[in-house]
Amino acid sequence: MLDLFKLKKIFELSNNFFYWLKIIFLSIIIFGLILSLVISPQDYLQGDTVRIMYVHVPSSWLALMIFLAMGICSIISLIFKIRVFTIYAKSLGPIGFTFSLISVFTGSLWGQPTWGTFWTWDARLTSMLLLVFFYIFYILSWGLIKNFFTAEKYSSIIAIIGLANIPIIKFSVEWWNTLHQPASIKLTESPAIHSSMLTPLLVMFFGFCLFSLFIFLIRYKTEILKLKKDKLNNILK
Amino acid sequence: MSPASKKRLTVFLVTVIVVLVVGKFVFNSLQKNTVYFFSPTELSLLNEKPNGLIRIGGLVKNKSIQEKAKNSVYTFVITDLKNDVYVEFTGLLPNLFQEGKGAVVEGELKDKKFLLAKKILAKHDENYMPPEVAEALKKSGNWNKQYDK
Repeated sequence: MLDLFKLKKIFELSNNFFYWLKIIFLSIIIFGLILSLVISPQDYLQGDTVRIMYVHVPSSWLALMIFLAMGICSIISLIFKIRVFTIYAKSLGPIGFTFSLISVFTGSLWGQPTWGTFWTWDARLTSMLLLVFFYIFYILSWGLIKNFFTAEKYSSIIAIIGLANIPIIKFSVEWWNTLHQPASIKLTESPAIHSSMLTPLLVMFFGFCLFSLFIFLIRYKTEILKLKKDKLNNILK
Repeated sequence: MSPASKKRLTVFLVTVIVVLVVGKFVFNSLQKNTVYFFSPTELSLLNEKPNGLIRIGGLVKNKSIQEKAKNSVYTFVITDLKNDVYVEFTGLLPNLFQEGKGAVVEGELKDKKFLLAKKILAKHDENYMPPEVAEALKKSGNWNKQYDK
């Protein structure tokens, strides 16, 4: 469908495609919200507070995954000068930033009733806050630097440095004593979360992924149009 | 691959290797300094009593929570099943602070076995389940001791 190296194909995606993508992601998120807020059971310890998890966990996963993708795209664009990947990373930035903010705020709301504090400087929370700042620096470097090529260089370097933070966030709960609990869902073990709670979580995650794809495609299209406006679109060939 | 790309790739790979090596050293030193909390055993192994605010984490020992004279002064024991630390705390306890569950207490050590807590944080584990399932597991004897951590 899409040749990763030829971005003009984006304009061949019809409005119909965007329309249906919108319908599908909206219905999945609504279905997921009904599952997680109404149908899924309370937790044996946390009660209804557990429902915050259905937004917190998918947002955190996406914040990490999107930064990982941005970092890899930045490596490719910086070393091989395949500029499509710059545009991919640039389009992804604000999406990941939003999810990282949602993750920190919902986590804070969950922490107050569960732990007894909104914020604490343990390794997981601190490294996640650092991720928010990396997103801010990345977006700022595009916003403040006027020259496309300079901005590309600095934002890519920021994304690549920030890449080192991703495994720190992921493994902080195993490497250090943290207040934050370890991961409930691991690739190698059966999940420590009951199936009646796992299902809404995965539905929400899938919905958030489609939402990200939707916003990404729109932003990507906009970025290409901006390049055309600045007469820079020949760099993509 | 163009020669320029090759050069950039080499520079990049060398940088990554250097950063990884340096990172490993930083990580090792950080692991000693960035403890969010000590376990009672780690505390007992320290040579000197740490001054200032310190956090201790572990399980709240069963049947150890006592309210002194009903003016919300509580005493309890934090244990890691090997060593115990006695804690005194004035204030409201968090909802999830329960006997047999994890907690992190922050305060000043009066001696190596006694902490005057200023703040209590309940620790939540990675297990999520509906109350009925928790009941059923307890009844059937399949309750994993890990769930009480």
